[in-house]
Amino acid sequence: MASRVSMVSTKLKQATNGKRTLDLDGEEKEEQQLMMKNHVDDVDDSDDSEDSDDETADENEDSSSQDEVYEEEDETSEDSESEDEQPEKKDDEPEKHVDEYEYDSSDEEDVRNTIGNIPIEWYNDYSHIGYDVEGRKLLKPEHGDALDEFLQKADDPNYWRTVVNKMTGQKVVLSDADIETIQRIQASKHPAGSEGLYEPWVDFFSNEVMNMPVTGRPPDKRSFIPSKWEKQRVGQMVHALKMGWMKPRGEIRKMKLAQDPNAPSLDLWKEDAEPEITKRYRMHIPAPKEPLPGHAESFNPPEEYLLDAEEEAKWNDQEPEDRRMNFKPQKFSSYRTVPKYGLFINERFSRLLDLYLAARQRKMKMNVNPEDLIPKRPDKKDLQPYPTKEGMVYKGHTDMIRSISPDPSGQWLVSGSDDSTLKLWEVSTGRCMKTFKMEDKVTYVAWNPNPAINLVAAVVGSDVIIINPGLVDKLVCSNTDNTLNNFEDSGESSKSVVVWSSYDVEEKDKGFRIKVSHTTAIVQFTWHNKGDYFATVQKDGNKSHAVLIHQLSKRQTQAPFSKPKGLVQRVSFHPLHPYFFVATQQHIRIYNLVKQELHKKLQANCKFISSIDVHPGGDNVIIGSYDSRLCWFDLDLSTKPYQTLKYHKKALRQVAYHKHYPLFASASDDGSVIVSHGKVYSDQLLNPLIVTVKVLRGHKTANHLSVLDCKFHPTQPWVFSSGADSTIRLYV
Amino acid sequence: MGGTKKRKFERGAATAFMSRNKAIKKLQLSLQDFRTLCIFKGIYPVEPLHKKKVNKGSTAVKTYYNLKDIQFLSHDQLIEKFRERKHYIRKLKKAIAKKNKFKESLIRDNKPVYSLKSVIKERYPSFVDALRDLDDCLNLCFVFASFPKTSKIHAEMIQLCKTRTVEFQHYVMAAKALRKVFVSIKGIYYQADVKGETITWIVSHKRGHEPPQDVDLRIMQIFAEYYSVLLGHINIKLYSDNHLVYPPELSVPQLHIETENTEESLCSLAPIIKTTGEIMDEEDDDPEVDALNAISADDPEVVEKSKLEAKSVKKLKNLFKGLKFYLNREVPREDLTFVIRCGGGIVSWDKSLGAGATYQESDNKITHHIIDRPTLTNQRLDRTYIQPQWIFDCFNARTILPAKEYFPGVPCPPHLSPFVEEKEGDYIPEDKVKFLKRIKGEDLDEEEELEEESSEEDMDEDEENSSQQKVVPKRKRDEDEDAGETKKAKTMAVTEGAVEKVDKQRLLQQQNAEERRLGEMMIPKKHKRLYHKIMTSRKKQSQEVKKLQEKKDKLKKKKQQK
Repeated sequence: MASRVSMVSTKLKQATNGKRTLDLDGEEKEEQQLMMKNHVDDVDDSDDSEDSDDETADENEDSSSQDEVYEEEDETSEDSESEDEQPEKKDDEPEKHVDEYEYDSSDEEDVRNTIGNIPIEWYNDYSHIGYDVEGRKLLKPEHGDALDEFLQKADDPNYWRTVVNKMTGQKVVLSDADIETIQRIQASKHPAGSEGLYEPWVDFFSNEVMNMPVTGRPPDKRSFIPSKWEKQRVGQMVHALKMGWMKPRGEIRKMKLAQDPNAPSLDLWKEDAEPEITKRYRMHIPAPKEPLPGHAESFNPPEEYLLDAEEEAKWNDQEPEDRRMNFKPQKFSSYRTVPKYGLFINERFSRLLDLYLAARQRKMKMNVNPEDLIPKRPDKKDLQPYPTKEGMVYKGHTDMIRSISPDPSGQWLVSGSDDSTLKLWEVSTGRCMKTFKMEDKVTYVAWNPNPAINLVAAVVGSDVIIINPGLVDKLVCSNTDNTLNNFEDSGESSKSVVVWSSYDVEEKDKGFRIKVSHTTAIVQFTWHNKGDYFATVQKDGNKSHAVLIHQLSKRQTQAPFSKPKGLVQRVSFHPLHPYFFVATQQHIRIYNLVKQELHKKLQANCKFISSIDVHPGGDNVIIGSYDSRLCWFDLDLSTKPYQTLKYHKKALRQVAYHKHYPLFASASDDGSVIVSHGKVYSDQLLNPLIVTVKVLRGHKTANHLSVLDCKFHPTQPWVFSSGADSTIRLYV
Repeated sequence: MGGTKKRKFERGAATAFMSRNKAIKKLQLSLQDFRTLCIFKGIYPVEPLHKKKVNKGSTAVKTYYNLKDIQFLSHDQLIEKFRERKHYIRKLKKAIAKKNKFKESLIRDNKPVYSLKSVIKERYPSFVDALRDLDDCLNLCFVFASFPKTSKIHAEMIQLCKTRTVEFQHYVMAAKALRKVFVSIKGIYYQADVKGETITWIVSHKRGHEPPQDVDLRIMQIFAEYYSVLLGHINIKLYSDNHLVYPPELSVPQLHIETENTEESLCSLAPIIKTTGEIMDEEDDDPEVDALNAISADDPEVVEKSKLEAKSVKKLKNLFKGLKFYLNREVPREDLTFVIRCGGGIVSWDKSLGAGATYQESDNKITHHIIDRPTLTNQRLDRTYIQPQWIFDCFNARTILPAKEYFPGVPCPPHLSPFVEEKEGDYIPEDKVKFLKRIKGEDLDEEEELEEESSEEDMDEDEENSSQQKVVPKRKRDEDEDAGETKKAKTMAVTEGAVEKVDKQRLLQQQNAEERRLGEMMIPKKHKRLYHKIMTSRKKQSQEVKKLQEKKDKLKKKKQQK
């Protein structure tokens, strides 16, 4: 069929070239041209116009007959009964085949015209139209002039169907079949005609085995030889089967489902089986459970749980980690309106992270009642008496009072102030009995502890001035003066670092007795318990005469240390034994004055010692420090503090023991005097009992200083305190 | 003297721990595999007591594991399985790259699988141990069950989690183990009593899914893989202990539901599941005996308490018994069905809404119709229309609450958390006070009908009012007297020297406070920090309470003004 169509198309082309144009649609023209190109070879058979005409006609007939043959063949193949006819028709076939392939050969193209597929107009000016295979010119056939043409038009009945083959220049008369085809094309119908268009499809390559091959093509060699690749594939499969990798389709899936290793099973926890408690199991720290939600998280919480504007602003400002609640409480009118919580999955995720990333530690969570942490206090009655309230205020000084001291009987009080005066007060009435005007600020005052000698020592700058106040019994006063005058001058005073000098009569009448001049400013002054010796500490602490011990009766001075270790802050005499306490910044050294050796060294565990006092029993010492600590030492127990109390908020200025009662007090810059009960038992096995009993406040703070000194009344459980607000207060 | 001298960091704390990097190196695993292994085996980092000692003197931040744990991991078969998986992926990639379909299919068919059974057995030697870890397990499984089937998570995993959680919920309903429900803004908290273990889990509200930000779904999947297996094993054990058929089947072949398959109707939580047919002796157990068995206590108070608890639990189990609920279509179905069925009620909804509906709105036996919209036209007189919060509040209160506060369109009373047990000094919301009063009243006399209760409540209120009225005149009288005295004083020209009134109470208080302050001073350094910590936290707490109280008072004032 295809060949026939192509033939027609070539003829068509010829027709167009011969300017006998037939009205064709543009599309069809293109189609034709395309077809033409494909079947150029088919055109060539028209070397001789008449022959070719005949041939083409024959051809058409042939092809149609062939078609018929095929059709018959098909029928035969379908009807297996008419086997007899088959061979006969088969015999005819080869002959026709020969004809067909004769023109189909591509070699024949060259025989007729070898110019190839070029525009034929190029030969318009030549007499020839191309070359044959041997190189001879193919001459254009003569066509005659216009007159011939006209005559032909008149004479030839076939003139209307005659076209020129452009390639050869030959005239070709179109057959009836060709014209019909052209007409069909013009009518936009199938060029082959409507009959046979919808013939039943013959499926040659069906599953049914045909007796005869479809084509006569001999079988390939490879169809006889077993495939190498198939062999390899089979080999692979056999191996896979052997190894158990491959199983029939579907079976694997079924098997997997049946043998799911994680399918729930009952054999995991059997009733009777005793759980294996390993050491690992015991060491396991289970993750803490998540906290349960409170009322605030409800979708309909009580209204007080909702955040007000201020709280909400705070919540918004805070970092998510700092928030007390990780959500904002909200109230919804109905359950339906509650939206999904946006961070739900994030919260779950962070919990998972906690489970495998957070380090765990076993923490003993004590259920402590804070009341139990407070040490048990003895009954209040057992602690009494102690000062509880302010009893008296002594006013009169105009500047801060650095130091005070009560007399041994407890009737009088001496105070030294920055306003360069020394005042004597009557304790019970608060009257100022006497005022001594000094040359400079009075930094230290101390009443002689010996009741038989009525003397007051005051430190003014670098001088110690011994005063007889003359307040007590006249006999005592005169006794005192006698003892002062009856000194044996050893004549060594010239060598001494200090100068002892007496006052003249006028001054003596005022009460001044002796002046002990030092080289530098005196920091501290302390009496020995018996009232004959006294010690001073000078500001230039590290020189050999930083600490000096003076004897009043002999008016002698000695420097006990060739070079004291560290900056000496305070010194103190032992009340009973010949021991001498020297407090440097962080240590307290106890020297035996008789043997002249170091007896003990105490470690204060604080930065800067400010004051020291020795218990009347002599076995206990308290120190106060500028880093707001109070340390109690038990000398029998250890060289380290028995107890450190840090109850003051600011630096301690003074600490003091009571002479008779088990009390001690501490004065601090925070404006308070704290009185504590500190009982020392005579039994060596019992440790001292220390209980805070009273916080006394009253002094005002001035210039960051508040209470500067505190002293106990010698007989009563009263405490005096002096402060930067230039008052002295008595707490009873 | 024998032995070589040990150097500084060759014994003690330094050798008891191993940093994470070292552990990974020792186990020859990738960080991902190590993570997976840790998650499966439940290995967690620990905080050494002395970090500096462990880190050879350095204080750099590091993650430490117990050396013993790492040694324990190194023997695990899972490591081998992980390596197999690694090889599997490598082979598969190669086959795909070479376009070798045959090989690819072979490799895929032989994907290595591992069992987590031995891991579970190891982690939880006894069933109770497993139950103790159930909280996190349930939380995650419910999260996964709520995920949509996207490409990010394996659909099988989601399906598995869904079935496991439904199985568990069916168990809770069958055993009536649910004890508390709390609807929070985050989700719904449930608390169940499973074999004596208190288990709390949270389920998010069923609204549209939003893909989460800043979440590593791979890690969640590892956990989900483990937890889904664990939950399966726990479920089967619970089912068998409770004589239920596992996997759950419908007890009544539901003939009237033609089109739905069983799975869907199981997921709806409405149908009852099949038992193995053995006798359930749960119903007729005596709470008192139960309590005695449970606690071999000598303390009579504890015994009494447990008796009461057992009684109230028994009541809770039959709270909704005999009531027939109908859910309107806007009401979230699964949550309410779960709670109602745990209380012994029956639920249904419109047939068109989903599987599991057993009766329709027109049913005459419906007692409660739950709606969550302001009004409903065509209300019927033979049933109570009520808001969903009533169900939750009733369940937590363990009684049928009066319905009038929960009628549609009426603002409900606050929904309080049942997990909070207020101690002394804590802030107690007003409604909680009411609730506690109600409970106390009930304890005195148990068998009370709803109406009586409500009437009694009214009485209570009356009483309160009357007592208040009584109080008020008293106070007034006092004031009158005071006023009279002052008047007298004004009229008289000369006044007698009045004895200064000493407020003994206040004095005593002051003294006590002072004593306390003095005592605080003497707290040894060792306990000082602890003491102050406790005191500050107490102070904070009391401040919060104060603030809440203030807010409450303010609100009250506002209301009164209106």
